[in-house]
Amino acid sequence: MAAVKRPVRPALESALVWLLCAAPLLLILWWGFTGGLTANPVEFVLRELGLWGLRFLCLTLAVTLLARYSGMPRLMRFRRRIGLWAFAYVTLHLLTYLGVAHEFDWAEIATDIAKRPYITIGMGAFALLVPLAVTSADAVRRKLKPRSWRRLHRLVYLIAALGVVHYFLLVKADTRSPLLYGAIVTALLAARIPSWTGARARPAR
Amino acid sequence: ATALRFRPNRMPIDEARTPLDDVTGYNNFYEFGTGKEDPAKYAGMMRTRPWTIVVDGLCDRPGRYAIDDLIKRFPLEERIYRMRCVEAWSMVIPWVGFPLASLIKAVGPRSGAKFVAFETLRDPRQMPGQRSSVIQWPYREGLRLDEALHPLTLLAVGLYGQTLPNQNGAPIRLVVPWKYGFKGIKSIVRIRFTDRRPQTSWQMLAPREYGFYGNVNPAVDHPRWSQAKERRIGEFFRRKTLPFNGYGEQVAGLYRGLDPRQLY
Repeated sequence: MAAVKRPVRPALESALVWLLCAAPLLLILWWGFTGGLTANPVEFVLRELGLWGLRFLCLTLAVTLLARYSGMPRLMRFRRRIGLWAFAYVTLHLLTYLGVAHEFDWAEIATDIAKRPYITIGMGAFALLVPLAVTSADAVRRKLKPRSWRRLHRLVYLIAALGVVHYFLLVKADTRSPLLYGAIVTALLAARIPSWTGARARPAR
Repeated sequence: ATALRFRPNRMPIDEARTPLDDVTGYNNFYEFGTGKEDPAKYAGMMRTRPWTIVVDGLCDRPGRYAIDDLIKRFPLEERIYRMRCVEAWSMVIPWVGFPLASLIKAVGPRSGAKFVAFETLRDPRQMPGQRSSVIQWPYREGLRLDEALHPLTLLAVGLYGQTLPNQNGAPIRLVVPWKYGFKGIKSIVRIRFTDRRPQTSWQMLAPREYGFYGNVNPAVDHPRWSQAKERRIGEFFRRKTLPFNGYGEQVAGLYRGLDPRQLY
């Protein structure tokens, strides 16, 4: 019996994580079919996808800490997947911006990138996210030295911070939500400081 | 909502009116929260009767005016106007109201009066959004006296033939169709005549982003987005934004001699 049960649980876990990651997207699609995207669907979808991108970046950062400190090391198995979903939401956010909000009007988009710091920062954050997504594939990862890979993927700290700044700069008056995300990202990064200093104190191997 | 008696629209517009659900479900009315759906959710808490407007400052007949007396006194008419939000979306709304000029003439501004200042109700018990200081309450707006006297400038008490829903600024709000929506102050409790330019809420918050005039001007970008185009609610592709929101023929004369780049 036990021999049958054992592989079922990881598969179930995996399916559950997949479903949770896809849930926001499925919800947006559901709203799309049922008229729940507000009177201004373009703006709403753009905003929701961006928010979910930021939330998944936070989740990616949180998974490492949870795995390390809460005695659930198995969570690490899902970090890559959560990170890739962050990339997916950010990419959909960008595509909505380019194709739907600006109808691929490249001149207008170029002006936006050049003139408006929050767009510049958003584009920068996306550009930094691409190499992380690419090097998450096993085949590519194997080609990199583990140390270089880890170094590269530390960019996610900067990307999350840029995401918060991008959000902060675009709101009109109510900065409470971007400040909340700022606090979350700060806490997630601050919680890593002990392990960084600890690592340095440890003798080199 | 109760049905209002009014003279039908005399300024036809060949653009489709924005559905009532959208007009009443997608609002900026920070007194009830900064989300677009918040006003529809929470504005029901506001009591709009009895309601008086304090008229003071440089005028001959200052006083407290009850909303129902004003509605009885000034003949109502329908005005179908484009509404352009500073956030680059727009609607077409059939308002019911009376020209602000009628009220101004009735209270008799003195010769020193050059501006009209407006204030929204301030009552955090009825307006939960006022419990956080996103902007300095009460909401303030202002017009030059000649803008206030312009025949297009309306005090609206209804839309789609019915009394104004709370989330749209009941019981009485300003509508200045050639200006961005934030100039259209809602739930007005005070109108003051003054000799100097009044402070306005969005200018106090971000003077670089929101001008006193707030005239719709596709040539002057908001620092964070272009104002050249707008998304008409209900349409997928954006339209070009028109100078003065398409009312230039009627209002451009008000600004002759002013640098058009200053008019945002």
